Amino acid sequence: MSSPASRNLAASLDVARIRQDFPILDLKVNSKPLTFLDNAASSQMPKQVMDRWLKYQTTQHANIHRAVHYLSETATAEYEAARRRLQKFINAREEREVIFTSGTTESINLVAHGWGRKFLKQGDEIILTTLEHHSNIVPWQMVAEEAGAKIRVVPIFDNGELDFVAYEKLFNPRTKVTCFTHVSNALGTINPVREMVATARKHGVVTLVDGAQAAPHLPVDVQAIDCDFYAFSGHKLCGPTGIGILYGKAALLEAIQPFKGGGDMILSVTFEKTTYAPIPAKFEAGTPPIAAAITLGAAVDYLTGVGMDRIAAHETDLLGYATETVGVLPGVRIIGTAEKKAAVLSFVVDGVHPHDVGTLLNEDGVAIRTGHHCAQPVMQRFKVPATSRASFAFYNTLAEVDALVASIRRVQKVFG
Amino acid sequence: MADSRNLYQEVILDHNKKPRNFGALADATHKSEGLNPLCGDHIYLSLKVSGANIEAVQFEGESCAICKASASMMTTVVKGKTRDDAEQLVNEFRDMVIGKLDTAAQPHHLGRLTVFAGVRDLPTRVKCAILPWHTLHAALNSQRTTSTEADADPMQAPILGT
Repeated sequence: MSSPASRNLAASLDVARIRQDFPILDLKVNSKPLTFLDNAASSQMPKQVMDRWLKYQTTQHANIHRAVHYLSETATAEYEAARRRLQKFINAREEREVIFTSGTTESINLVAHGWGRKFLKQGDEIILTTLEHHSNIVPWQMVAEEAGAKIRVVPIFDNGELDFVAYEKLFNPRTKVTCFTHVSNALGTINPVREMVATARKHGVVTLVDGAQAAPHLPVDVQAIDCDFYAFSGHKLCGPTGIGILYGKAALLEAIQPFKGGGDMILSVTFEKTTYAPIPAKFEAGTPPIAAAITLGAAVDYLTGVGMDRIAAHETDLLGYATETVGVLPGVRIIGTAEKKAAVLSFVVDGVHPHDVGTLLNEDGVAIRTGHHCAQPVMQRFKVPATSRASFAFYNTLAEVDALVASIRRVQKVFG
Repeated sequence: MADSRNLYQEVILDHNKKPRNFGALADATHKSEGLNPLCGDHIYLSLKVSGANIEAVQFEGESCAICKASASMMTTVVKGKTRDDAEQLVNEFRDMVIGKLDTAAQPHHLGRLTVFAGVRDLPTRVKCAILPWHTLHAALNSQRTTSTEADADPMQAPILGT
């Protein structure tokens, strides 16, 4: 149940007006108004952000960091201005600590391969959690296997919360790095990342936070979290696909090895020796996704304009209402009931496989995700092959939650 | 725009609720396991083949309604058929659900299996419907496991050896 205080704050969010910025929300699917509740997979883009892409291609495009002509200088300035927008969005100390990548997956791989390959040795330990998305498991397995390092996994409780005591107990002198999600994509659990980083820091252990599901929903302050690395994607932030961010503390970024070599990441190249460029260029080999980076800058401006606090409050209301109304349906079980959750509602309908739920909801124009959500360890933990997941964004309404509930009831009727 | 209203028909819902030939054959001559790791559909098929004839077939496992009903109806149809007839049905069923066979216009032997024709409009569900048939093909050809994902994806690759 959401608090009256948050309902008041959310009331100041004019959702009807905001929805006018998102042309796709007017779509009809199967002759029904689209109810888009798959925002954890990817969120929609407002007109203002699309316009920024168009403006770039129409008046500002050329390759960056190279030529001396007007367009190249303009594109370079806009690309670097986007970096400063992202720096501000996550409150990074310096702009060079913000690396443009293709997305969260590449960001984590950059650290796993760049930092892990250089610093992990035989017998070292990596702490991950049961809540991780495959993209924060597989890169570490690859690197661990190469180095002879070992992966330790933090368990979770039945409500989807992390066992913090077990986490603390996993640390030992062999622990070198711990990587955990800020918000679980499958369950919505918000992890106590500040406390988790503080614990790691006490043991001198490097920390990476997967912020893919947090950055769109909560105000993120990487200095307050004090993590060494923070990764997130643009397309979950109302931005385009193919762009994401790796934040890293400057000293660590300077110490680690780039894993992509090429143009724009060097100071000098001879066949005997290459000297890498300083950060962030060291990690941005080749022509980066310039248009996508600039457009992502516009997306975080848009979100900041709406207000991340207001977004969080409105989504708390949506989640509270959805938890109440879906939770009371007989034969429906909510998976993930942590006290602190972001806008994710995972559920199973007795006797109906999630894929059948998803297909039938689609008939009603309701878009949700069904499957294992690239988090098979979470599914194994709850002994389900898959779940249905509704995930909310600030442009969703309470009426859309009602549409979800009505559609779930229809599923139960069809399978009754 | 895909509409599955034609898909979740009474007959499919009925086979999902009361699957026929559910279980494992004690005296199986051929067995195979079919798994779609991405969606979690997981079935086991056991057959009793004598000479060219499929004398008995049973299935068990966990899956969505489309997969379970497809498996259930498959067992009722292929029981008593020859291996060649079964393989022909595997091909026809696959062609129907990937949209290569228009059951209204072209000759076929699918009979009431045509209730699955609507799957062609739901690309993500094609592999659910086709998994039992892939598994049957695998069992008849002494393959222990199969999948309709990745290399064995019916949208990408033909069934080997047919």
